[in-house]
Amino acid sequence: MSLLYQIFIDPFAQMIASPDLLVQTIWEGFVGGVLYALIALGFVLIFKASGVFNFAQGIMMVFAALTLVGFHEKGAPAFVALVLTIGVMYLLALGVERVILRPLVNQPEISLFMATFGLTYLLIGGGELVFGGNPKSMIASELYLPSGSIDLKMLGGTVSLQKLDIAAAVIALVMVVGLGLFFQNTRIGRALRAVADDHQAALSVGVSLNQIWVIVWFAAGVVALATGIMWGARSDVSFALQIVALKALPVLVLGGLTSIPGAIVGGLIIGVGEKLGEFYWGHIFGGGIESWLAYMIAMAFLLFRPQGLFGERIIERV
Amino acid sequence: MSNKKIAYFTGAALALALTAPAFTPAAAEDSIYVPLFTYRTGPFAGSGTPIADGMHDYLTMLNLRDGGVGGVKLNVDECETGYDTKKGLECYDAVKSKNPVIVNPWSTGITLSLIPKAAVDKTPILSMAYGLSASAKGDVFPWIFNPPATYWDGTSEILKYIAGGSIDKLKGKTIGYIYFDAGFGREPLPLFKQLASDFGFTMKYYPVAPADMQNQSAQWLDIRRDKPDFVVMFGWGAMNATAVKEAIKAGYPMDKFVSIWWPGEADLVSAGDAAKGFKTLNWHGVGADYPALQDIKKLVVDAGKSQAPKDEFAGVLYDRGVYNSMLIAEAIANAQKLSGKKLVTGEDVRRGLENINLDAARFKELGLEGFAAPFKLSCADHNSHSATFIQEWDGAKFVKVTDPISPDSADVQPLLDEAAKAYAEKNAGWPARTEACDSKS
Amino acid sequence: MFYREAGQFKTSYAADMAIFPIRQDRIGLAIILAIAFIAIPATGNLFLLDTVMIPFLIYALATVGLNLLTGYCGLLSLGVGAFMGVGAYACYKLTTIFPGVNILIWIIASGFVSCAVGVVFGLPSLRIKGFYLVVSTLAAQFFLDWCFARITWLYNDNTSGAIEVPTAKLFGLPITGPTATPTTRYFIVLIFVVTLAWIASNLVHGRIGRMWMAVRDMDIAAELMGVRLLRAKLLAFAVSSFYAGVAGALMVFLWLGAAEPEAFNINQSFLVLFMTIIGGLGSIVGAFLGAALLHILPIGLRALPGAIGLSLGSATIEQLTFAITGALIIFFLIVEPRGLAQLWRIGKQKLRVWPFPY
Repeated sequence: MSLLYQIFIDPFAQMIASPDLLVQTIWEGFVGGVLYALIALGFVLIFKASGVFNFAQGIMMVFAALTLVGFHEKGAPAFVALVLTIGVMYLLALGVERVILRPLVNQPEISLFMATFGLTYLLIGGGELVFGGNPKSMIASELYLPSGSIDLKMLGGTVSLQKLDIAAAVIALVMVVGLGLFFQNTRIGRALRAVADDHQAALSVGVSLNQIWVIVWFAAGVVALATGIMWGARSDVSFALQIVALKALPVLVLGGLTSIPGAIVGGLIIGVGEKLGEFYWGHIFGGGIESWLAYMIAMAFLLFRPQGLFGERIIERV
Repeated sequence: MSNKKIAYFTGAALALALTAPAFTPAAAEDSIYVPLFTYRTGPFAGSGTPIADGMHDYLTMLNLRDGGVGGVKLNVDECETGYDTKKGLECYDAVKSKNPVIVNPWSTGITLSLIPKAAVDKTPILSMAYGLSASAKGDVFPWIFNPPATYWDGTSEILKYIAGGSIDKLKGKTIGYIYFDAGFGREPLPLFKQLASDFGFTMKYYPVAPADMQNQSAQWLDIRRDKPDFVVMFGWGAMNATAVKEAIKAGYPMDKFVSIWWPGEADLVSAGDAAKGFKTLNWHGVGADYPALQDIKKLVVDAGKSQAPKDEFAGVLYDRGVYNSMLIAEAIANAQKLSGKKLVTGEDVRRGLENINLDAARFKELGLEGFAAPFKLSCADHNSHSATFIQEWDGAKFVKVTDPISPDSADVQPLLDEAAKAYAEKNAGWPARTEACDSKS
Repeated sequence: MFYREAGQFKTSYAADMAIFPIRQDRIGLAIILAIAFIAIPATGNLFLLDTVMIPFLIYALATVGLNLLTGYCGLLSLGVGAFMGVGAYACYKLTTIFPGVNILIWIIASGFVSCAVGVVFGLPSLRIKGFYLVVSTLAAQFFLDWCFARITWLYNDNTSGAIEVPTAKLFGLPITGPTATPTTRYFIVLIFVVTLAWIASNLVHGRIGRMWMAVRDMDIAAELMGVRLLRAKLLAFAVSSFYAGVAGALMVFLWLGAAEPEAFNINQSFLVLFMTIIGGLGSIVGAFLGAALLHILPIGLRALPGAIGLSLGSATIEQLTFAITGALIIFFLIVEPRGLAQLWRIGKQKLRVWPFPY
């Protein structure tokens, strides 16, 4: 009986009793969700255009952040380092297209997925060789990212919003809107959508598949860089960060593998859901349920909508 | 299949076959083999690298300055474990054939899996200030050593400090415990439970999953809600740095935040002044103001033989690595004295460890005068349950702020005895001690 | 030239439908088994047995299990690590509650426990299809991981959450625990793996295997044909989890000697999945090849600098191993995207017509 009380009544009583903590939890969840959504965005970009599930997205994020910090340590001023890193991500995109995508054209998807796994190992080993395994701090202040927090006295307590998190949310929003506009209105964006629809049809109207793939991987690389900067500013940049990319999987699944707005909406649902769940219901189960709550939420959604919220409806024909 | 593909395939097969000779063990040399299990990669590299550098540099200094220990060179070999138990076991199997005289796993998880093997393979395990707390009892664990203090001693010392004297002053207070949810972080849980019920304070637990170390916002939200009077932390690797950052964000008062002896400067330097007041335990000095460390600087660091970057040299964790290597060298020296041989084996070094007697005079001989408190081990006591002191972060470095606090043995010792007995019973057939005791104690 | 079937006539239907109808195939298999049972233990190289062969066999067993689920039935699963853990913890609880019973029986029983858990987490596969199924198995992976750490009953309330393996004997010889010699353990693992691989091979060459392959290729068409999807998919999860559970129990009892929840985390699942994919989906031989590539190759690479006298820091060796393994995976995939098993098949095909090109 008391267990039922703990599950169904107590959390809501707590929510009403200290609404400032409720708002704080929702904000923390929102921020976490935005960061997951950024990672998921990279996945979606690549999956949409080349049909490859890029397992290496997490490590690309770490690699981009480490490259940025590495250039800065070698003496480049912050924004020069940023431009250089963007250049490195472009070279990476070129390399991936030439070495991995071109030879594996038209092969089963699972082989391409496996190849991105090989890329992950390569980037981990190569990245650690060049930059060393020690965690480094992100050059947040040099990039004019705000620090400190805004403390709002509301609802009987304090809700503190980190300025960095607000900046992350704004940047994510700008990126999503920018990418959305890019896909809708520019020539390259249309070409990307054409490639996502049907590779052969796109080829037949003169869209260069190889060029599109380079652009898409480069865009995903830039998204990875932005994500890496944001995550790195919150906690140091190290290879432990790439485990976070796994959390993007339920976001992807929830939002649909091919939808950019889906990545954002999915991210927010997962982020807020898991924080609220952990904070109000976690202690009943001994704590730490955050590690699997996101997947359970995603699975529950999938049972009702197997293609995700915004994904393309799976039509099966015999 | 095209001819090119056949060529690729046979080439790859040949490459694989070429690795086959790598499976033969290296020939034994005229030196003492000391493997170091380290982790310079992976999520714990931030903590593992300075320790590895400290250990490696001290032993290298001994080789260069004194020609090794007792005139026999030490063959120091690092094996990368990444703090992973499976890789640690692989390293152990790989070095077994080279007759290691001592093993330092530097991971409680690896230590726990090696404890049953130590007696069978006749290799002593030195799990300095980590590992299984109960292995302090030498008559149940003749091959395992964990000086100078166990995790239970450390917990008791932290509680005594925050109580301001004796633990019964904590009655009615709430203590939060944020910990690494595996291996060493779980070690003090039974002690906390026992002491909380004995002395009437409340414990609140905040586990941090190893895969989620850098994502602690939920735990610190809980701490904000529960408002414990003090927070005790057992963390390692990326967990410490993130915890400090999150504590600052959650506005938890730093002077009520005490940790076991593992955080290093690297974990706090990015938080800087905001982390002022954060305290940890420690048992040895920090810095390079000792003759031995000056020797290391001259012979190893300045000569380019060290992998340590300049700001890591002589930090907390580097010096801890030096302390660990000092114990290794001392054990080997004792082993040489007791056995009369120069090329000692694992069994000799076990006796050497058991007879460690580091008094102030001996510390001065080693060039580490005042580096740490004297202690000695015995057949029954493989730990010494030494006192440790509290050091505080002042914004730029750690500063010692208290005298050494000794553990509350009246509470800790019976629990240790019980735990050792329980371990022996659970692992049915745990052999009774057959190794002879050299000293009279 | 020496792989021709000319002259080998079958005189019964059973002989015609045999899995290895060609005599040369049977001879080849006998040679491989002879090397495994006789030559390798005879070298006496304990490192080879303990660190190379025993883990390779255990990983191969888990990979066979995952291959049955992902390769033959087409259900992508990332929960293998957790199911291995279920098997390991189940075996631990069974041996501590009933210490008198032979541990080999408990290893098989723990496979059945893992089987039951696998069926429960396989239920969403009836509704969720394709790549999205990964989420269900990931939920299983993380949830079971959490259970291994939180449910103290599973590890007999050991403080550290880690389990140590008690010494068990078979015919007076210790087979688990620190006193068990690598040779004894190697033989036990080898017998288990050979038997279970033989069973798997028979499964996939028979009615059940064909049913799974029909479900993989197009499940609606299979359903129209009379295959009951519920039974087929759940059977695939059940058998695959059985293999994973036995592999997990073997891993803890006959290889590591101890376990903690971290040993069965998502990296373990990824490792087994990658062994499956690179070995070749839908092939039992591929499981062994994939396990060999992803387990033995890094060990060899790590030992290589020492063997040829190059002195590199341990961290550098580790990083180079990662980088080279990654590069080799990409290389093998470019050479043959369908995995090493396909290379093996093509090799056998070429051998059948050798010395002619076709």
